[in-house]
Amino acid sequence: MTALGKLFRTTAFRITLAYLVVFALFAGFILGYVAWNARNLIMEQARSTIEAEIGGLAEQYRLGNIRRLIFSVERRARAPGASLYLVTTFAGERLSGNIGAIEPGVIDTPGERVIDYALSEEGAEPRKALVRVMVLPGGFRLLVGRDLVEQEQFRFVIRRAFGWSLALIVVLGCLGGWFITRRVLKRVDAMTETTRTIMAGDLSGRLPVGATGDELDRLAANLNAMLDRIGELMTGLKEVSDNIAHDLKTPLTRLRNRTEEALRSARDPAEFRAALESTLEESDTLIRLFNALLMIARVEAGQSAEQFTTVDAAAVVDGVAELYEPLIEEAGGTLAVSTEPGLSFHGSRELVGQVVSNLLDNAIKYGARDAADGTPASGPAIAIAARRAGDRIEIVVADGGPGIPAEARAKAVERFARLEGARSRPGFGLGLSLATAVARLHGGELRLEDNAPGLKAVLSLPGA
Amino acid sequence: MPPVRPAAPFRLEIGTLFPSRLDAMRILVVEDDVEAAAYLTKAFREVGHVADHAPDGLEGYALAREGQYDALVVDRMLPRLDGLSLIRSLREQDVQTPALILSALGQVDDRVKGLRAGGDDYLPKPYAFSELLARIEVLARRRGGPSGEPTTYRVGDLELDRLSHRVARGGQDIPLQPREFRLLEYLMKHAGQVVTRTMLLENVWDYHFDPQTNVIDVHVSRLRAKIDKGHDTPLIHTIRGAGYQIRDGAR
Repeated sequence: MTALGKLFRTTAFRITLAYLVVFALFAGFILGYVAWNARNLIMEQARSTIEAEIGGLAEQYRLGNIRRLIFSVERRARAPGASLYLVTTFAGERLSGNIGAIEPGVIDTPGERVIDYALSEEGAEPRKALVRVMVLPGGFRLLVGRDLVEQEQFRFVIRRAFGWSLALIVVLGCLGGWFITRRVLKRVDAMTETTRTIMAGDLSGRLPVGATGDELDRLAANLNAMLDRIGELMTGLKEVSDNIAHDLKTPLTRLRNRTEEALRSARDPAEFRAALESTLEESDTLIRLFNALLMIARVEAGQSAEQFTTVDAAAVVDGVAELYEPLIEEAGGTLAVSTEPGLSFHGSRELVGQVVSNLLDNAIKYGARDAADGTPASGPAIAIAARRAGDRIEIVVADGGPGIPAEARAKAVERFARLEGARSRPGFGLGLSLATAVARLHGGELRLEDNAPGLKAVLSLPGA
Repeated sequence: MPPVRPAAPFRLEIGTLFPSRLDAMRILVVEDDVEAAAYLTKAFREVGHVADHAPDGLEGYALAREGQYDALVVDRMLPRLDGLSLIRSLREQDVQTPALILSALGQVDDRVKGLRAGGDDYLPKPYAFSELLARIEVLARRRGGPSGEPTTYRVGDLELDRLSHRVARGGQDIPLQPREFRLLEYLMKHAGQVVTRTMLLENVWDYHFDPQTNVIDVHVSRLRAKIDKGHDTPLIHTIRGAGYQIRDGAR
C-alpha cells in the first residue's frame, strides 16, 4: 500500500473529503442565493426608474407636442448617469435619443424586455439593457431603458468569489484532513505496533495512554484494562492446571502402584479380582474428582449463567434438607430447618441445591463435637435456614462442631484445602470452593462465620 | 456434579441379577470409538440383548430409520453427523425410538440441550455399565408399555393407588411421607427393573448432582422398613453395584 493510498483509506481522511464536498455545495448555494437576490434588486430598481421616466416624458408629450418631448429627451440624455432614450416616428424613423443601434423591430412592440444595444451606430460592443417601449398618441414611439452593466459586473464579482472560496475550501480542507489523518494514523500505528508485540506473546506490554483523555486515549485505557483481565485469567488458569496436575497425579500414582503390585505379587484369580475391583473403585474416585474440578472451572467461567431462572430459596433448602434428614438422623444428629416465604432469586436451582448439599455434607462430617478421646460424643446438631437480609437472600448452614479458626477460614475455601483433622475423612476438599464459585456466579458470596461453637456457612445471594 | 457411582464390575451381576426376565431388546450403539463400541455391544449381548453398532452419525441415522430397535445409545460427538442432529432428524421423521445420549461433556446445560434435541435420557462419560443398562431397560420398557399410566400399581400383595395416595400391603394400609410415596411410586412404576441411585435422585428429587454420601440408601432403607417389615417375602431388593429393584419375591 502506498503512503497516499494508506492515507486515503483512513476514516479521518474520508470524513474530511465528505465535509469538503458538503462545504463547497453550501458555499455555492449561498453565493447563488445572494446573486439571484441582487439581480432581482437591480432589475427592480431599473424597472421603477424606467416607469417614472416614461411617465414624465409621456406627460411632456401630452402637455406640449412632439417637439417638447424631443427637447426633454435631449436635455435628459445629457445629464450624468442618464437613462437610454429613443424617439421615433410610427415608421421607425429616428427623431432623437442616445442609443446608437438596437435590434430591428424592438421599437414597434410596446412593453418591457431585455435587449442588446450599442451606444454608437458603427460596430460598438453590444450591451444589455432593460427597455420599455410606449406608443404615443399620433403614432410616435418612445423607448426608455436602463443599461444593465452593473448587473453584469456584479455577476462577474460573484463568480470570482465562488471560484476563490471553492479553491480555498479545497486547499484548506485537504491540508486540514491530511494533518488530522496523519496525527490519528500515527497514534493508531503506534497502538497497532504495541498490540502486535503483545500478540507475539509479551502479555506485559501496555498501550501508551496520552494525557488528553480523548477517544483514542479512552480506547487505549480500555484495551489496557482488558489486557490486565486477560493476564489475570491466564494466571488463574495456570494455577488451576498446576493444581489439577498435582492432585490428579497423587491418585493416579496410587492406581498405578496398586496395579503394578497386583501384577507382581498376585497368585490366584481371587487376588487378581480384588486388585481389579479396587482399581475400578479408585478410577471411579478419580472420575468424581475430575468432574468436581471441571464443574468448578465451568462455574467460574460463568457459562451456566445462561440457564438461570427464578428459584425459590426456601424450596431449595426444604428439598435438600428433606433429602439429608434421614442421613443425619442415622448419624445420631438433628436437623432444624427454618424458612420464610417469598425468597426468590435469579439463578440455578441445580447449582445452589448442590452447594446446600455440600454444606450439609460438611456439617455431617465435621459438625459432631468430639469427646476428649477423639470419638464423636454425639451426632451433629445442624441448623439450616433460608432468610432475607436486606435485599439479599441468605442460606445458612450451621453446626455445633469444632468449627474453623478465623485465621484458617480463607484457606478453607481454596481448592483441595483439607484442614487439619480432615485428612483422615473422605472428601476432596472441593465442596467449599464450589460453593464460593457458585456464589460468585450468582453475584453473591460465601461467608464462613463462628457459630460459637461450630461453623456457620452463609451463602448470600442477591434477591430477585 | 455428574453422577458416577462406584460400581462393582458388572460381570458379577450379569448372570445373577439381570436374568432374562426382560425379553431380549434390540439396541443400536452409535459410537465412533471402536473400542468403546465393542465393549458396549459385547456387554449388551452378555446380558441377553441384541446389539448393533454404527461407527458414525450418518450410518447410525440410516440404521435407526430402517431397523426396528427398542433403544438407541448415541454418542454426542460423532463424525459426519453429530449425535444431537441425528436424534433431531429421527424425531422429524417421526422415529420415536427411545434414545440415550452419551457425552463427554457432563454439565447441566449440556444435558438440557440433549433432552431438548429429542433425547430421552443423558449419561455423562465415563459411566458404569450397570447404570447405562438400567437406564436403557427403563427407556425401552417405557415405550413398550401401554401409553397411559395406570392409576394403581401392584407388586405381589403391595398396592399403590396414585389417585388417593394410598399404599397397602396385604390389605393393610401403610402410611407414607409424601417423598416416600414418590420413591415407592417410581420403584413400582419400574417394577422388575433395576433403578440406580442417580435415577432415583433425578426422578424423585429432580437433582442431577452426586450427593457424595449414601443419602439415597438411607431413604430406601426407611421405605423398606415400612414396606417389608413383618412380611415374609421382601419386595425391595438391593442390586449390588447397581441400585434397587422392586419385584415380587416369588419370581
